Amino acid sequence: MEKNKGKDSKSRRDFIHITSGLTVATAAGAAAWPLIDQMNPSADVLALATIEVDLEPLQPGQSISVLWRGKPLFIRCRTEDEIAKARDVDINSLKDPEIDADRVKNAKYLVMVGVCTHLGCVPLGQQGEYGGWFCPCHGSHYDTSGRIRKGPAPTNLEVPPYVYLDDTTIKIG
Amino acid sequence: MSNKNIGGGIINWIDYRLPIFSTLKHTLVDYPTPRNLNYWWNFGSLAGIFLLIQIITGIVLAMHYTPSVEGAFASIEHIMRDVNYGWLIRYIHMNGASFFFIVVYIHIFRGLYYGSYKSPREVLWWLGLIILLLMMATAFMGYVLPWGQMSFWGATVITNLFSAVPIVGTAVVEWLWGGFAVDNALLNRFFALHYLFPFLIVGVVILHIVALHTHGSNNPLGIDKKGPQDSIPFHPYYTIKDLFGLSFVLTIFAFVVFFAPDYLGHPDNYIPADPLKTPAHIVPEWYFLPFYAILRAVPDKLGGVIAMISAILILFVLPWLDTSKVRSATFRPIYKKLYWFLVVDIIVLTWIGGSPAEGNFILIGQIATIYYFAHFLVLMPIVGVIETPKPLPNSISQSVLNKPIKGNS
Repeated sequence: MEKNKGKDSKSRRDFIHITSGLTVATAAGAAAWPLIDQMNPSADVLALATIEVDLEPLQPGQSISVLWRGKPLFIRCRTEDEIAKARDVDINSLKDPEIDADRVKNAKYLVMVGVCTHLGCVPLGQQGEYGGWFCPCHGSHYDTSGRIRKGPAPTNLEVPPYVYLDDTTIKIG
Repeated sequence: MSNKNIGGGIINWIDYRLPIFSTLKHTLVDYPTPRNLNYWWNFGSLAGIFLLIQIITGIVLAMHYTPSVEGAFASIEHIMRDVNYGWLIRYIHMNGASFFFIVVYIHIFRGLYYGSYKSPREVLWWLGLIILLLMMATAFMGYVLPWGQMSFWGATVITNLFSAVPIVGTAVVEWLWGGFAVDNALLNRFFALHYLFPFLIVGVVILHIVALHTHGSNNPLGIDKKGPQDSIPFHPYYTIKDLFGLSFVLTIFAFVVFFAPDYLGHPDNYIPADPLKTPAHIVPEWYFLPFYAILRAVPDKLGGVIAMISAILILFVLPWLDTSKVRSATFRPIYKKLYWFLVVDIIVLTWIGGSPAEGNFILIGQIATIYYFAHFLVLMPIVGVIETPKPLPNSISQSVLNKPIKGNS
């Protein structure tokens, strides 16, 4: 009887310790969350996360850069020659294999995030050994589809999410 | 050094080289505390917790705030509307300042009642007053940062106090402003100092605790500990008591933050600062009102400033103005009444400080101001001599264990 009682009170004490410990942990987490979440993008930053671009004025061989979420976006109206070069590639020879058709919604207009996938510099257009983009920081060469061909960058230039609102207007983001 | 075995292997290894764990244990766990402390002794740790809340929320707000006359007001609205939980963090910081003052004022009144400023705790008392002065400077500069109407005109009025200094007054004020009016230069330096001062407060708080632990806490009986039977370890007895009190205070705090966040503030501060238009009725935050009343009670510019500053400086010499050998007001029948008169007097000063300076308010403010100084300069020294204190109990443990002596009335 006496022994049982001792055991009993011990387990009750454990129960109190565990439940109060869990309560404290939950409360601490709930109190910490606003302090952590405040560093995430604020509402005014998120509001600028979608932009619309009119492609009408772009002639073949012309490019524009627009700012999206604080980063440059390359939008290039490619020439027939560039498209042909982009499609005439042995996919298996690529570092990050991806066919050109998967990187564009309309073969004419290439839309990419203009940030080198190596360490974040902005590549220069129509330069480098493959006639696409060349990053001056550490020498990454991208082709006319924005795929990495040579240099330290690990992946192809990123294609942002976008949709065609009509034939010549896209909404990015 | 002293404690060889404080925990596991790594903790012992570090503690042997840097005695941080044994110091913490000595301060927060073993610290021998009088066994008869009542709930008024919660307010020291409460003040520490509100200091911590202010520092944490303040660092977060500084991540989103822009200290410039063009950007300050807009960045506050950005915090309120756009930043995730920005409204919550700012409201905690705003009301945290008020609650910090509430708990610190109660802490000070507790010290006044139980004679916690008397020998050997004079330096402890001074350090507390220095913390109060630093808090006031910090709170004032923080109130300027949102750059609303009250920020701007509050800054103008308070910095102009220094112009009362003879001869160099104008030069001092222009030095404070970094110009010829309250402007961008002042806002920037106030932001820098508002960020710095809380850490100075932390430093003085550490000294405050060191001084406290040198002779130990005072207690409601105001008598010294006579042996180990008079004290209990801080942990778990007072950690749990402090936490229990904290849960009440945080509940009230949460109520204000969520349901009345602007109750203690002034709506004019949601109007952007306009150097061409002073608000009709300008008052400081509530925690400055008694001092503001004393400032306005004296009809002379320099005299008002001196009176206001003296209202705090007089507390530094309190250990010598109080001539009684008995600490606790519990055993001092006359002083106990005077203490409550002083409390009422300060409430009156708070009310007058928030009222317009006209008609009877001026007269009441002047009487209350005179009484405030008379309490410390005339009544306290005299009462300490003429009063016959009640007999003191033999020891803390005796008074706790047999209840015949009327301890806390």
